[in-house]
Amino acid sequence: MSTNAELMDFEKAIELFEPVLGFEVHVELNTNTKMFSDAPNPASSQAESATQEPNTMITPVCLGLPGSLPVVNEQAVKFSISLGLALGCEIASSSRFARKNYFYPDLAKNYQISQYDEPIAHDGEIEVEIAGGKTFKIEIERAHMEEDAGKLTHVGGSTGRIQGADYSLVDYNRAGVPLVEIVTKIIQGTNENAPEVGKAYVATIREIVLALGISEARMERGNLRCDANVSLSPRGSGKLGTRTETKNVNSLRSVDRAVRYEIQRQAAIIAAGGTIVQETRHWHEDTGTTSPGRPKSDADDYRYFPEPDLLPVEPSASLIQELKNALPEAPAKRRSRLKADWGFSELEFQDVVNAGLLNEIEQTVQAGASPAQSRKWWMGEVSRIANAKSVDPSTLVSPKSVAEIVKLTESGELTDRLARQALEGVIAGEGTPTEVVAKRGLKVVSDDGALIAAIDEALKSQPDVLEKIKSGKIQAAGAIIGDVMKAMQGKADAARVRELILERATG
Amino acid sequence: MNSMSNELIQLSAAKLSEKLVKKEVSALEVTKAHLDRIEEVDPAIHAFLHVSTEALKVAGEVDGARRLGAKLNPLAGVPVAIKDVLCTMDMPSTAGSKILEGWVPPYDATVVKRLRDARLVPIGKTNMDEFAMGSSTEHSAYGPTKNPWDLERIPGGSGGGSAAAVAAFEVPLALGSDTGGSIRQPAAVTGTVGMKPTYGGVSRYGAIALASSLDQVGPVARSVLDAAMLHDVIGGHDPKDSTSLNESWSSFTEAAKEGAKADSLKGLKIGVVKELGGEGFQKGVSDRFAAVCELLAATGAEIVEVSAPSFAYAIAAYYLILPAEASSNLAKFDSVRFGLRVNPPGGGTVEQVMSATREAGFGPEVKRRIILGTYALSAGYYDAYYGSAQKVRTLVQRDFQSAFGKADLLISPSAPTTAFKFGEKLEDPLAMYLNDVTTIPANLAGIPGLGLPMGLAEEDGLPTGLQVMAPAKADAKLYSFGATLEVLLKESSGELILQDSPLYPGANNASSANGGVK
Amino acid sequence: MSQSHSLEPEQVAHLAELARIALTSQEISKLTGELGIIIESIAKVSEVATSDVPATSHPMPLTNVFRQDIPGKTLTPDEALAGAPDREGDRFKVASILGDEQ
Repeated sequence: MSTNAELMDFEKAIELFEPVLGFEVHVELNTNTKMFSDAPNPASSQAESATQEPNTMITPVCLGLPGSLPVVNEQAVKFSISLGLALGCEIASSSRFARKNYFYPDLAKNYQISQYDEPIAHDGEIEVEIAGGKTFKIEIERAHMEEDAGKLTHVGGSTGRIQGADYSLVDYNRAGVPLVEIVTKIIQGTNENAPEVGKAYVATIREIVLALGISEARMERGNLRCDANVSLSPRGSGKLGTRTETKNVNSLRSVDRAVRYEIQRQAAIIAAGGTIVQETRHWHEDTGTTSPGRPKSDADDYRYFPEPDLLPVEPSASLIQELKNALPEAPAKRRSRLKADWGFSELEFQDVVNAGLLNEIEQTVQAGASPAQSRKWWMGEVSRIANAKSVDPSTLVSPKSVAEIVKLTESGELTDRLARQALEGVIAGEGTPTEVVAKRGLKVVSDDGALIAAIDEALKSQPDVLEKIKSGKIQAAGAIIGDVMKAMQGKADAARVRELILERATG
Repeated sequence: MNSMSNELIQLSAAKLSEKLVKKEVSALEVTKAHLDRIEEVDPAIHAFLHVSTEALKVAGEVDGARRLGAKLNPLAGVPVAIKDVLCTMDMPSTAGSKILEGWVPPYDATVVKRLRDARLVPIGKTNMDEFAMGSSTEHSAYGPTKNPWDLERIPGGSGGGSAAAVAAFEVPLALGSDTGGSIRQPAAVTGTVGMKPTYGGVSRYGAIALASSLDQVGPVARSVLDAAMLHDVIGGHDPKDSTSLNESWSSFTEAAKEGAKADSLKGLKIGVVKELGGEGFQKGVSDRFAAVCELLAATGAEIVEVSAPSFAYAIAAYYLILPAEASSNLAKFDSVRFGLRVNPPGGGTVEQVMSATREAGFGPEVKRRIILGTYALSAGYYDAYYGSAQKVRTLVQRDFQSAFGKADLLISPSAPTTAFKFGEKLEDPLAMYLNDVTTIPANLAGIPGLGLPMGLAEEDGLPTGLQVMAPAKADAKLYSFGATLEVLLKESSGELILQDSPLYPGANNASSANGGVK
Repeated sequence: MSQSHSLEPEQVAHLAELARIALTSQEISKLTGELGIIIESIAKVSEVATSDVPATSHPMPLTNVFRQDIPGKTLTPDEALAGAPDREGDRFKVASILGDEQ
């Protein structure tokens, strides 16, 4: 296994080589139905709560049954055009579907309907920003429409992976989910920022599709998937190196890690006199490494040809204009608006952008929480837990739940400590914050009588405290507050306890 | 078989329709008569791969509805056979291939659904060359269909089963599919009528695809009017087929009825395509064609010669486009979701299972065309082969456009020869492919083509067929002209040529069907 | 075009692999001969397919044929799996997979 492969120190690698990047991002559209069939779309916003038992969201078209035929979903075309426009692309006046032919059991027809030489959108550009406010221009080569494949489950063997499995099972619910594949041109000049630029690029795509409302964009569910191409060019050589394509890098933090890892791995090989094999590589989230997959070879002869069952898509200028007018503001513009609205410092805001939590915080604010509290929770406790679990924070909890927690603390119903417990419960799947509060009995004790009894109890062991307070040493109340909080198992509002102690001393 | 049954199976669908409407006969009686006929002659003909067990029940329901005074389609209660390339929920749909043996689809093809909605009685599934690849039914995995005119000869293909079933009076109507002549060529060699509609005129949804840009479903019958009536039932826009034309079509039945009344063809310009005749055509076929031209001229039509130089490249383009599309369309037969699975000795990976299944499940002609199509699409060859073939398609369309500038309709023989003997061309794929020379151009251009009988060839006494082509969407013109010509030919020969068929019900030699005719 | 249209058995074997058909060696050698002859005769399309001729992929020139984004009837798992050679629960069952996803 290559997990033991030698890695070159990152700084050293950047000193010797210029990293060259390229990304293919697949976006699952959240239309009601699939790309070419009127089966319900499991990636739609409605489908979240719907049953997703295997092979329940399929028609003869999804199964590629003999005689079945595809028909294009108009909404998916409109979403694709909007995305193309948001990426600054030109929209093709005529674009076509093509068949990409290869055999694989998750591909019902053994060809994927995709686009080849005539994609719906091409030649765009977006700007991404990394920590410190540095920006990079990423050129988009194309964005094309295609269909997703079904899902395989590998049974037997020890790993649950494809290697060593006894057999595999296929569920075609995902087969035919509308996808847009966004392909960048090669990205140069990122140097030591390469991993961050990769992450910022994918985060920006995520921001764009969420703002457009065209995808649920949940990376952990595969709504947004990234393949990262990395090659190294020896500095001063002016020559591009051989690239590897790391597949399914499916979280923002992993984009950073996978790019970094490939730079270090490739640098070590080239420095040792070896050569890079052009291949696809698998990303392993657990170890933070990549391992070799399929070598690129003659077998990659996809025999593309125009899909004879479908007709050219020729959007009118007026439709394109209409969709252009409806575009949400550009990410850069949006960021400066949010920064002003929220009153964050440059540093605070950059941290948020860099963590890819802009949308989460925006939605939390929209759900009624203050910007400062929203930031505090997302960047603090949620990020801490996410880090410990090696996942993206957005996968743990919804903005709505965070807003609910913030509101519970702001109303005094939860202390900070109780709120953290409530968050824990929500993440553990125990329900909404209110439900967790009820189930776990996390309510702050707001009954003054109970608090006064606890204060009396605490004063018994430290009778001198009241005198100290009376003599002006108000900080002495701290000792009693601590005891009371302990006695109340943290369910007391410390501020109220303090008030009661002071009343006692002065009253 | 009693005389009433004999009478019923001789009737056209139009006549049956009249009798059913007047309640002179029940759908049950009509269906029973045809089922009996199938039982009697099909062991020798082998037109059917499956005979419906539901037909009598369905017929009884139609009678019930009619008794209650329901407003029914004119063809309600008339039996119809369905080419096995079409998906039917109540009968296996194999496309003549081992790889789909026993497969019963969970849905009906749109055309089948329309038959059921109009309450025709589906009577069974007809034999065909595997995946419609062939001109003889010799490539059916379930054995060939025999030509009712001579059991040692081919019934044409790929829709030999539908044509033979109709020719042998097993059923008055059938559905076919035509990718390069699979309806028109069998019609020619069995003395029946078959129509390839304008591409997009009839839904392809549920028709197991051979070549998507060429395939078209159409009617098979013994008369032009019957074909028109069936076309009216199955035609029209289907939102499930993106290539389906969103047109309102005028009644083909009316067009055929009008045509049958016409006594002059004055003002009509008929183009004879120079490239679709002459060398390579059997003398008896050419003679009959010349006689038809004379007849047309005598009836007032102006016969003009037109040239279509790019037709010389049409077969080549066809044998690139078809295999290319087929190689992709047939990739779905992989042993995962439906159909055959063959495990290689000792198990193997899914890749090996797929390869073993496709090796065992596909016949030699299917493999030949899949490999050819894979080649034509593969990197480095696409432009020279598939790309060039698509350009030839443009040239063929241009030739038609210019020909239709000079003539209202174009005519040619439907096939260069009468029915050939089994095995004659089996080992020479190229010779087999050349058999489609006359029919392929219409598929490449998407225009409609009607095949109808034009008499027997003098040298072998076998049927010959005339093909009539019209501009795209002018299908009605073909039915109108075809019905006129049918009357003219009947008047000139004095009888329907099928009455010369040895299997004509009640004919002296009909009883010899089981023992081999002639 | 000066390119030779002859076909080698290795090429046929490679095409069979792409097409996932486990051809026998007899089939490969028979097909090599047959396809060679066929290709020889169909290669003439390039004689007239000059660069000024546009390609036609559809016989009828339609564009923008779309469907509204409204869910329709689905198959039940049993309908979907009724024709399956093998199943486990409501999933299709296949032998272990050698290659990677594409």
